[in-house]
Amino acid sequence: MGGVGARSRWWLYLLLTVALLVVITPFIWMVLGSFKTNAELRQVPPTWWPENATLENFRQLFSRLSFGTYFRNSTVVAVVVTVGNLLFCSMVGYALAMLRFRGKRLIFALILGTLMIPGVVTFVPLFVLVANLGLVDTLPGLFLPFLVGPFGVFLMRQFVLGLPKDLVEAARIDGAGEFRIFFQVILPLLTPALATLGILTFLGSWNNFLWPLVVAQTNDTYTLPVALALYSTGQNEQQYGLLMAGATIVVLPVLVVFLIFQRRFIQGIATTGIK
Amino acid sequence: MTTATSSSPAQQPGSTGSRDTRRSRSSRAPGAAREERAGWLLTLPFLLLFGIFTAWPVIQSVFFSVTDITNRDLRTPFQVNFVAFEQYAKAFADPVFRQAALNTAYFVLIGVPLTMTVALAAAVALNTGITRFRSVYRLGFYTPVITSIVAVAVVWRFLLHPDSGLVNTVLGWVGIDGPNWLGSTTWAMPSLIAMAVWRNFGTAMIIFLAGLQSVPQQLHEAAAIDGANAWQRFVNVTVPILRPTILFVSVTTAIGYLQFFEEPFVMTQGGPLNSTISASMYTYQQFSFGNYGYAAALSYLIFLVIAIVTALQFRFLSEKED
Repeated sequence: MGGVGARSRWWLYLLLTVALLVVITPFIWMVLGSFKTNAELRQVPPTWWPENATLENFRQLFSRLSFGTYFRNSTVVAVVVTVGNLLFCSMVGYALAMLRFRGKRLIFALILGTLMIPGVVTFVPLFVLVANLGLVDTLPGLFLPFLVGPFGVFLMRQFVLGLPKDLVEAARIDGAGEFRIFFQVILPLLTPALATLGILTFLGSWNNFLWPLVVAQTNDTYTLPVALALYSTGQNEQQYGLLMAGATIVVLPVLVVFLIFQRRFIQGIATTGIK
Repeated sequence: MTTATSSSPAQQPGSTGSRDTRRSRSSRAPGAAREERAGWLLTLPFLLLFGIFTAWPVIQSVFFSVTDITNRDLRTPFQVNFVAFEQYAKAFADPVFRQAALNTAYFVLIGVPLTMTVALAAAVALNTGITRFRSVYRLGFYTPVITSIVAVAVVWRFLLHPDSGLVNTVLGWVGIDGPNWLGSTTWAMPSLIAMAVWRNFGTAMIIFLAGLQSVPQQLHEAAAIDGANAWQRFVNVTVPILRPTILFVSVTTAIGYLQFFEEPFVMTQGGPLNSTISASMYTYQQFSFGNYGYAAALSYLIFLVIAIVTALQFRFLSEKED
């Protein structure tokens, strides 16, 4: 909007820059803190730059504590959940948008109806179900309930609705089977929507806390957030260096991925309105 | 494949809507059966997983909430007794849950307007025509949103440490003796709210930025010619046009905040003196004590509030269209 003069523009830049520094300071503090010793982190007043930078915290996370395992668990669960959502949700989204079959409206109504149901409503019966299936404290117990979701279907359906129907008709005339049409004609066109859904799903899974906290019960199945939360409230509560390094390990991979894909990401948020 | 060729002209007239499905089903155009089968096969994996892991638990949670099921009943499901609304009655009489409900209301009623204000301010500032570093600011403001709440809660606990924390150090520079933020019944909840605002305003900001694109430039120019200053233009031009967006974002943010859990879990464990325990956290605690029926009833109460908030959104949004 044009009405801003040069002088007030400088004020605006100053204000925005101060705000930006305030917003990202916790991250800088976290990363710098992960290289500090425990003694330095307890120092009053606190130091900004590490005085004796050390990798000891990270070394301990991976040797004494099992952060390697937690990292692997988080990655496996997030990858499986993402692949599941991309595949199954695009299949349903396509079917709902392009194909005619009995029960279609009912399925779509079901999906819309459950779009708003939060995890806190279902976790108790879900836990009983998973317990009866013998999947408590296993990786499948962590990812199976999240392989599909109403949000992904909704997103995919909206996107497929924007594709021309003639594409499918033409492929049928050429003699392609219905599955070939989906996998070879439609799926490649869905790339932008798949990227958006993929990033959102991966992040959601990586940062998910309540369900893994409920299902994972030993060191072998903890995900990163669960392990970090339990360490930070348990016997390692005072191990400031370890906790800062742990937080860095949870946040940093996501931060890197985000910086690479940020444009697509922010467009995805703006169009779907849901994080 | 002659069937495909012959079916496509027949489908052309009906392809505008599914209203014709009934007719085509009875006349059985050759392609329709194929399409029907493909539709079901493509939906089947989703329906199975969704039915088992979402629909079934949703239905079951209603039943759980009217029984006295506990963790001891996992292997003997027939010993569970029907208790009607006893669990709900217990919830309303439970002083800790009432405290948790009040805390949650505090968190939502202060947190949502604050988040909206910060987000709107950031969006408007980024939309004033600054060109340099615009995407850098946007990226920076958005970054907290993608991070794990558990991880940032751990970091904020150190930031808010009474002695070696950054916040009190900075306050000390200007002569303020900062409190023991997370150890005080007065300051613990505002601290959690501050972190939630910091963590979440980026999402709302991005949506507001998209919404601001739909505010016509001419309206601003006309108002400026009429002598309206920047603030008046913001209140009288920008806000009314953004109203549906503001409402939408408020509701989605409120739904998220109504379930806040990680913040007290990591930063305060619900303390001091239950001053930060949230409804979700108390539900989780009851679950971990093995009181499944009670936890199911509590989670249903949270869901009820979320459903009401959602319904209000639709009401307000449709009023706007009148």
